[in-house]
Amino acid sequence: MNTASKLSVQNLAKLYDGVPVLERVNLEVQTGSFCTIVGASGCGKSTFLRMLLSQEHPSRGQILLDGARLPLEPTPDRGIVFQKYSVFSHLTVAENLILAQEFESSRWTGRLFGTSRKAAFESSDDLLDRIGLRPAANKYPAQLSGGMQQRVAIAQALIKKPSILLLDEPFGALDPGIRVDMHELLLGLWKELSMTVFMVTHDIHEAFKLGTRLLVFDKIRHDPQAPQAYGATITYDLPLKSPTGASLRSPEAIAGAIGAPQTNKPTPSFQSIHTPNNQE
Amino acid sequence: MRIINRKPSRVTALALGLLPFVLTLVAYAIASHYRRLDNPADKLLPSITSMGEAFWRMAAVPDRRSGDLLLWLDTFDSLWRLGTGMAVSTLLAISLGIAIGFIPHIRSGLAPYLATFSLIPPITILPILFITFGLGELAKIALIVIGTAPVMIRSTAQAVLDIPREMIIKAETLGASVLQMVTRLVLPQVLPHLITSLRLSLVPAWIFLISAEAIASTSGLGYRIFLVRRYLAMDVILPYVVWITLLAFLLDRALLLLSLRAFRWHHLGGDAL
Repeated sequence: MNTASKLSVQNLAKLYDGVPVLERVNLEVQTGSFCTIVGASGCGKSTFLRMLLSQEHPSRGQILLDGARLPLEPTPDRGIVFQKYSVFSHLTVAENLILAQEFESSRWTGRLFGTSRKAAFESSDDLLDRIGLRPAANKYPAQLSGGMQQRVAIAQALIKKPSILLLDEPFGALDPGIRVDMHELLLGLWKELSMTVFMVTHDIHEAFKLGTRLLVFDKIRHDPQAPQAYGATITYDLPLKSPTGASLRSPEAIAGAIGAPQTNKPTPSFQSIHTPNNQE
Repeated sequence: MRIINRKPSRVTALALGLLPFVLTLVAYAIASHYRRLDNPADKLLPSITSMGEAFWRMAAVPDRRSGDLLLWLDTFDSLWRLGTGMAVSTLLAISLGIAIGFIPHIRSGLAPYLATFSLIPPITILPILFITFGLGELAKIALIVIGTAPVMIRSTAQAVLDIPREMIIKAETLGASVLQMVTRLVLPQVLPHLITSLRLSLVPAWIFLISAEAIASTSGLGYRIFLVRRYLAMDVILPYVVWITLLAFLLDRALLLLSLRAFRWHHLGGDAL
């Protein structure tokens, strides 16, 4: 085991207009982890993800990537898939997929022409096959279903071979059936590319199925007189041992425990779920 | 069935669309007929045939003094002024609009100034333009630019601001420079909105063009109708108004068609007016 973490979050806090959203967040993540992040709405999990992306900056504390502070703006080493608007609506599927290549090869206009453009399209064929969108290569995102759009978004985010992939409720708007397909696609790519993944989701089953580690964001300090007084932090940090997705614990048990954030003593139920019981 | 759920067939829709036009024509013909029963030399509501004759005279018979075909001369001059003015406004809207919308420092520097500038009633600047640029083409084109550019710049800047932040961040994570984001993301996302803004700005542009031509000009559609006004020549004025309307309509449709053709992705969502 290497002791140096891929990503290290140290005493992180984020305030909006003096109101804390996140506070005292500490986290060490190893290379290749698949961290799923769950929590109630407005608990700052998306804010946390945006800080990992450098879309927003910590009010206090710091985030280290490979031991160095995060750059101040988004960079190609951290890919992102949003719930929507993730692909470029004015480009076809194939054009979306060659865009990163065009940025790289054409310094000034960011556009390839003629044979080099054709070559770029050909090089993206494998990727199109991989996400099953070869027949839709010349369609615009608005002509695709939500699931197909997210396939493009994921493929596009992976083109720059980011060492960290950030997913902000990527399947939130998809049908359950489509979600399962997307899970398979994502897990396959994750294993293949040995990335570190952070995924925010509302779906606790999804979080268990995909993650190697589950992070639950919640407020632990609660002042009834001033509900805004304290921010959320990571209240549960559960290693989910099986990387294949077969959860070792019952999702319902944990969902029940963390679904009741108003009770001021969630610890007993936490311990009850922490006792190992290997029922498959 | 409720009336909101009843949709006209293609033929019905066409007939319904034509009906107000036909009714207007019929109403005019009746009113004109009865006025001319009282006074055959009535100038106010000339007959449709006399208007047709006047229009033919303007379009096909060379002017006795200059030998020009006045309608085409006027049309060419007016469209040249309008086109040049709108081209300058469009270039300003693209360059300044994107700069203001995309780069916060430029936005801080220019947005308040532009907001103030756009509130000056353009016609009040016309005397200043005539004094500084003389009575030639430049003053008229400048009026069109001053009248339309601020609004077009502002709406373009707003269109840039309306690009989902997610797309811009995605472009950053794909390694795009600012210039590359402008050429590959901002410009294509904004151009359909620019065309809409251009179509809407053509309405005030025509007003400024006709005003400038009416006040100081020797040719142009606006010049002509204000010239023949002295002789109460409604048989020329009315066809000219229809002709100007037709030109404006064709320009608008051409721009819509351009948008539908060039930015198909933008129109996948729904109907376009």
